[in-house]
Amino acid sequence: MQSTRSRIVHAALGWTVALVMFFPIFWMLLTGFKTEMDAIATPPTLFFAPTLENYAEVHQRADYLRFAGNSVVISFAGTALAIALAVPAAYAMAFFPTKRTRSTLLWMLSTKMLPPVGVLVPIYLLARDSGLLDTRTGLVIIYTLINLPIAVWMLYTFFKEVPHEILEAGRMDGAGPRQELVHLLLPLAVPGIASTALLLLILCWNEAFWSLNLTAANAAPLTAFIASFSSPEGLFWAKLSAASTMAIAPILVLGWFSQRQLVRGLTFGAVK
Amino acid sequence: MPSSAALGVAPTANAPARRPARRSLSTLPFLAPSVIVLLLWMIVPLAMTLHFSFIRYNLLNPALGGFAGWSNYEFLLTDPALWTALANTLLLVGWVLVITVGLGTLLAVLFDQDFPGRGIARLLVIAPFFVMPTVSALIWKNLMMHPINGVMAFVSRSLGFTPVDWFAEFPLTSVIIIVAWQWLPFALLILLTAIQSLDHEQREAARMDGAGPVSMFVFIILPHLGRAIGVVVMIETIFLLTVFAEILVTTSGGPGLATTNLAFLIYMRALLEFDVGGASAGGVIAIVLANIVAFFLVRAIARNLAT
Repeated sequence: MQSTRSRIVHAALGWTVALVMFFPIFWMLLTGFKTEMDAIATPPTLFFAPTLENYAEVHQRADYLRFAGNSVVISFAGTALAIALAVPAAYAMAFFPTKRTRSTLLWMLSTKMLPPVGVLVPIYLLARDSGLLDTRTGLVIIYTLINLPIAVWMLYTFFKEVPHEILEAGRMDGAGPRQELVHLLLPLAVPGIASTALLLLILCWNEAFWSLNLTAANAAPLTAFIASFSSPEGLFWAKLSAASTMAIAPILVLGWFSQRQLVRGLTFGAVK
Repeated sequence: MPSSAALGVAPTANAPARRPARRSLSTLPFLAPSVIVLLLWMIVPLAMTLHFSFIRYNLLNPALGGFAGWSNYEFLLTDPALWTALANTLLLVGWVLVITVGLGTLLAVLFDQDFPGRGIARLLVIAPFFVMPTVSALIWKNLMMHPINGVMAFVSRSLGFTPVDWFAEFPLTSVIIIVAWQWLPFALLILLTAIQSLDHEQREAARMDGAGPVSMFVFIILPHLGRAIGVVVMIETIFLLTVFAEILVTTSGGPGLATTNLAFLIYMRALLEFDVGGASAGGVIAIVLANIVAFFLVRAIARNLAT
């Protein structure tokens, strides 16, 4: 049992760290409800008359909903497509391992190591020539491909934990691999598939290399919308903060729910 | 895996071995779509990058063309900008690793202790990881680090110091601070998970033998964390080698080349100067660098896969 004194020291340290780390997000949240005058006031104001003006203005003037819509459509479509491709692959490797399974898994992982800048030029030119530049379809394809290895790995580790006996029983009853997957494994693996999808959703939503380089007016998601605030003319801190709060709130909540899965997914099962 | 006998189910362990040929053949359609798209995703752009790096190709000058030999590489390797960008890349990766792994280890030990409100404190600490890079960068650049209206300027004035103009005086340091803030939660989360998997009996035994907090950390926890730290270092390196959005929205690589890393240099060559050949040569260099790291990462993960 720890002594009371060490508990107090741990609590003080832990909470100090937590508040310091969270402060920029907290300050952003607060600034979003200030007027532009209050936002750049110095010394900074902690108490002020809150306003919803920034939120209204970002909605009206900046066409926020179109960017948000792009983010939602691209993230969900990219996630769904990656899961649809990954489930059968993970199923085959988890339940019917062959001599090549191990090397296939590692090879899939290694495709994730290719730095995006290394292939920026060809992908940009391919997208331009096929008419996919600045389209949602283009980004969906890219997101599916960059997340597919993570999806296969995560699902593989989840499927490995499903007791083989249940599937064996179905096989005895004459179920083929397809029926076995659809009727026996999928109902059992719903939690694993859901947490994989959650992680992919977070990764798609926050992706800021391809979304900034391959989109312009049409398909730009929220990452690009926020980047448009970086222009040096004028300081619009309150509007920047309101827009940022709206952009990160849904994914922050999802992220908090998926801490554990995040570790498993991002370390490819190396740390559980 | 629990054995089938332990679960009271008829032993069927030898069933998969019975018809191995039919089995592997029939799973091919399940595996093929993923393998084919990933194979295309890997080979096509890579081959194109390699090809472009050996030809003269500028989007603004269609008259230019033909085999360039090593000249794109020569031009790049003799350009001081490349070496500045490489140095900035290494400084960025190195410092962020030192900060996140160092602090991450200490914080993981702290958050392994039980204290009131620990669950909520942990949620607050890991929050930065879920903030999209463009938001983190702009919030820090304006609300935090602005030399006149920023919170940090206010704090230093209150303490009697002259406020620092972060992005003018220490541009690379500013970028390092922002990126480290984003990745510290990742290191903490992984290392905390690893610490919590440590055998409690082992810790009890060490405590019985009179091990204090410091020797417990040095002799029990650190050795146990070794592999997890290795994994954190390698995964972060892969992502940090290509930090891009944070630089684009804060400094655009400047002032001068002060915050231009390899990723940003390639972006400038390709999409601002339209020099496809030169950008591709840079891309090949980035791929080679990443592969050196990836080689070790894949080996570390492969060792774990054996179980």
